[in-house]
Amino acid sequence: MVQMFLSNFFDNPERLNRWIDIAQSSFLPLLKGALLYSLTLAIVSFFFGLILAVLTALARLSGIKPLVGLARFYVSLIRGTPLLVQLFIIFFGLPSVGIMIDPFPSAVIGFSLSVGAYSSEVVRAAILSIHKGQWEAAYSLGMTYWQALRRVVLPQAARVSVPPLSNSFISLVKDTSLAAAILVPEMFRKAQEIVASTYEPLLVYSEAALIYWMICFVLSFIQDRIENKLDRYV
Amino acid sequence: MITITDLHKQFHNLQVLKGISLTVEKGKVVVIIGPSGSGKTTLLRCLNALEVPTSGSVQIGEVKLDFSQKVDRSSIPRLRKQTGMVFQSYNLFPHMTALENVMEGPVTVKKADKDSARAKAAKLLSKVGLGDKLDHYPAQLSGGQQQRVGIARALAMDPQVMLFDEPTSALDPELVGEVLKVMKELAQEGMTMVVVTHEMGFAREVADEVIFMDQGVIVERDTPAKLFAQPREERTRQFLQHLKA
Repeated sequence: MVQMFLSNFFDNPERLNRWIDIAQSSFLPLLKGALLYSLTLAIVSFFFGLILAVLTALARLSGIKPLVGLARFYVSLIRGTPLLVQLFIIFFGLPSVGIMIDPFPSAVIGFSLSVGAYSSEVVRAAILSIHKGQWEAAYSLGMTYWQALRRVVLPQAARVSVPPLSNSFISLVKDTSLAAAILVPEMFRKAQEIVASTYEPLLVYSEAALIYWMICFVLSFIQDRIENKLDRYV
Repeated sequence: MITITDLHKQFHNLQVLKGISLTVEKGKVVVIIGPSGSGKTTLLRCLNALEVPTSGSVQIGEVKLDFSQKVDRSSIPRLRKQTGMVFQSYNLFPHMTALENVMEGPVTVKKADKDSARAKAAKLLSKVGLGDKLDHYPAQLSGGQQQRVGIARALAMDPQVMLFDEPTSALDPELVGEVLKVMKELAQEGMTMVVVTHEMGFAREVADEVIFMDQGVIVERDTPAKLFAQPREERTRQFLQHLKA
């Protein structure tokens, strides 16, 4: 097979040149799709998702029955159904009840809900890992629940959750390729379009894969930096 | 300064405090001793509502909470602002430097401006002998140093009363002295203090009054000289006997 692959190229310099041409001309559109849509989608969704995750975790921990029930229902629903199906319901399903949402905001809603559900468990575990004495020390200074949470507990919980949340974010960057199915012009959709006109799926999809990998490589590097920075006091 | 009336605390089926009444006058140092499980720590924690009593009332300074009725949520922080608490396990905020730990209460709770809070925190840390450790994180400090930061942190709120929950129990023996010294100085400055401790030397030297608790009640209270020399109650005698043994 390898021989077949190589002979394809070396017996056929024209094909090799064509590959190089396509690779070069598709690189910028792909990168543009990645930075403008894939990464933007991931960052915006992660931002809203984290807010949702913290609220959900707090609801779960509140001990107030309706809130706990609502949080559990939400997490169960989102974790129990495929992300792609959720995106289809939001983008293709909701218009039949008169709710029309553009592709990009549809994707943001879908991904935010997903991040919110999965990360709420991470956040909940991180908050529970903070020693009870920290709450008591904050309370004994006269802090309210929200002050203790914001000033004392969440900053420490954040440190604990950096590695698992970084994982979620990296997964999310790759999951944004699902948004291609609801017409968001992100990198994977761009790649599909280029394949449709060039008929070189191996080359173009590999190129897209490489760009995803590059982005995730940089993100891992940033994760290490954040962890080192937060490590200073432990 | 402190008036406790008929305080009860029940955890599920366990009666931890069975009707404690006690007054502490301004500027006095009261040391509470007793075997473990006697309720002494619970009593201390009821004074700033870290433990909410089942019934009875606590008054500190102007703030009075009657736990026999439904307690207004907003009055609990008011009670806590009257008191400073020092914990057995220090409970410093690990993500803040010593200086930031001490500034935290004034800045977040009292909305003090940062510069004056910082100046005050630095002054308090010098007072407890840590003027050269302002920018150290708790993990970089010894137990004794951490506990002294804990004392400075509590003092920064200008409390009417300082509560100490076994402040030296987690310390290596050679570090106990530095913490007790700071507490002695505070007592000499006229701070009202309630101290749960096993340090009988401290009780003897600094306390105005020693309270012996057992099984959720105050068995005996007296000046340290009298209580240690001639306890009236058999249970007190037995407890003190155990300490000497």
